[in-house]
Amino acid sequence: MTTPDIPSAYVRDKRPPRETTEQLRARIPGWGADLDPADRPSHPKLRYAPDTTGAHWDFPERQPETWPRERSVEHAFLTPVFGTAQPPRGLSGAIRKLAYRRYSEGRLAHWLLLIVGDRVDAWGSHLRSFATLRPDSPGTETGVRSEVTSGGLRSRRGRSDARHHVLDPVLVAGPWVAAAGGAVLGARSLVRALRR
Amino acid sequence: MRAMVYRGPYKIRVEEKDVPAIEHPNDAIVRVTLAAICGSDLHLYHGLMPDTRIGHTFGHEFIGVVEQVGSSVQHLQVGDRVMVPFNIFCGSCWFCARGLYSNCHNVNPNATAVGGIYGYSHTTGGYDGGQSQYVRVPFADVGPVKIPDWMHDEDAVLLTDAAATGYFGAQLGEIAQGDTVVVLGAGPVGLIAAQSSWLMGAGRVIVVDHLQERLEKARTMAYAETLDYDEYDDIVVELKKQTDFLGADVVIEAVGAEADGNLLQHVTGTKLKLQGGSPVALNWAIDGVRKGGTVSVVGAYGPIPSAVKFGDALNKGLTLRMNQTPVKRQWPRMFEHVRNGHLTPRAMVTHRFPLEHIAEAYHVFSAKLDGCIKPLVLPDAA
Repeated sequence: MTTPDIPSAYVRDKRPPRETTEQLRARIPGWGADLDPADRPSHPKLRYAPDTTGAHWDFPERQPETWPRERSVEHAFLTPVFGTAQPPRGLSGAIRKLAYRRYSEGRLAHWLLLIVGDRVDAWGSHLRSFATLRPDSPGTETGVRSEVTSGGLRSRRGRSDARHHVLDPVLVAGPWVAAAGGAVLGARSLVRALRR
Repeated sequence: MRAMVYRGPYKIRVEEKDVPAIEHPNDAIVRVTLAAICGSDLHLYHGLMPDTRIGHTFGHEFIGVVEQVGSSVQHLQVGDRVMVPFNIFCGSCWFCARGLYSNCHNVNPNATAVGGIYGYSHTTGGYDGGQSQYVRVPFADVGPVKIPDWMHDEDAVLLTDAAATGYFGAQLGEIAQGDTVVVLGAGPVGLIAAQSSWLMGAGRVIVVDHLQERLEKARTMAYAETLDYDEYDDIVVELKKQTDFLGADVVIEAVGAEADGNLLQHVTGTKLKLQGGSPVALNWAIDGVRKGGTVSVVGAYGPIPSAVKFGDALNKGLTLRMNQTPVKRQWPRMFEHVRNGHLTPRAMVTHRFPLEHIAEAYHVFSAKLDGCIKPLVLPDAA
């Protein structure tokens, strides 16, 4: 051991630990229970044990495909089991199908198209909701009431992340405000054009 | 049935949906008795995960009672109380046969780079999740396990992901006796990762966050030293000082895509979705670990590229280890640790919301109001 004023990084050995094994064992419940790396559940990473999984098939029976299920082009075929929630529909569905059909997961276009599909889906669903008995309501769906009931101001006092929380209302309401502004401007232009 | 439903970024509500049906002979239908909101659900909630469809029901942490089983199910019966790993997996593909349950190749047609996950967008297979009264559970003979009589329901639901992921994160760190382990993030995964690091022989465990209630929990529940990164001009320099300028032997990144600590990264990654998430914590991990050390990543990121410092990782000779957790592989040992009191998942639970209040639950968790660390969802509460 060299002089103590030189940090460990610059010499051969680490400084002695702050606590001994006995001290750690006395202070921490279960300290060292998994000390042996070879005896940890995920060691080794690849452990061939197909008889332990509960599967009683070589290849699973295929789930019925009730519509042309979109799939990654990196798959050889439709997987035998898949989710059937929210089938693609409308313009957003067309965008999503294009993303899956045309681009592999390795292409940024695949993911960007899926995000575009998400936004189209959201806007279309919001607009459709206004033709129902339960239109979208940012007041209830954002849970903003909890700002009052769960101490919004108190909880954020002194927190560094509060500075970007102000962006959240902008992200939620901004597109609506912009759309409303665009609609007003468009209507005004239309009225002016008709008056001429 | 009543179910949480996604209505667009930052907007969710509870709707009436059809009870799911058996779609495959090895399916089960489970009546959910307790669910949780995971930090990674917030990535969906904020619109970060591609192909998150309107109408989708989130929720990959849940327990319940078997209501119906398909014709080929052998290991479960109606009425069994089960805990369901967040992974959907077949048990028979090349990956499952080798224990990589989170990388199953037979359950997610939408992507090959990720396995199947309940209620986690179509990018992970398009399965509705468990923040609802009922859920379809594929491969009922492979994933679910009957809840032991002695186990508390809140421990059981946390073992389906958050606790298992923390424990797995410590294993990925390949901790050796006496190692200094830094855990970035004192959320549910980070807290269990800190507890688990001691089980694997760590000599020091330092947890980094900026939320005081979480740092307090890291001290009391995980016996860890804590650092509030807001108190330092540069947390990486502080980590070097704390470790005699070596850097930590192991850093466990338990934050993921919505990391704070750098306004530019956070806004571009999380708010504007120009990256697959904000890699602040990942970069701190790369910078804060010692040369030749190991970075374990269990924080979740989206598939779009992020600005990660791979040059530093290369030059430092780091080992980067990561995966979605193969949950069921962790359970036998974790059950022992929970029973012995070495791991205490339910100590993290701070809030319990009725399903009907799900919008408030997400907002409270997302904005970290009222000291929220881990919220549970009660599907049948009034």
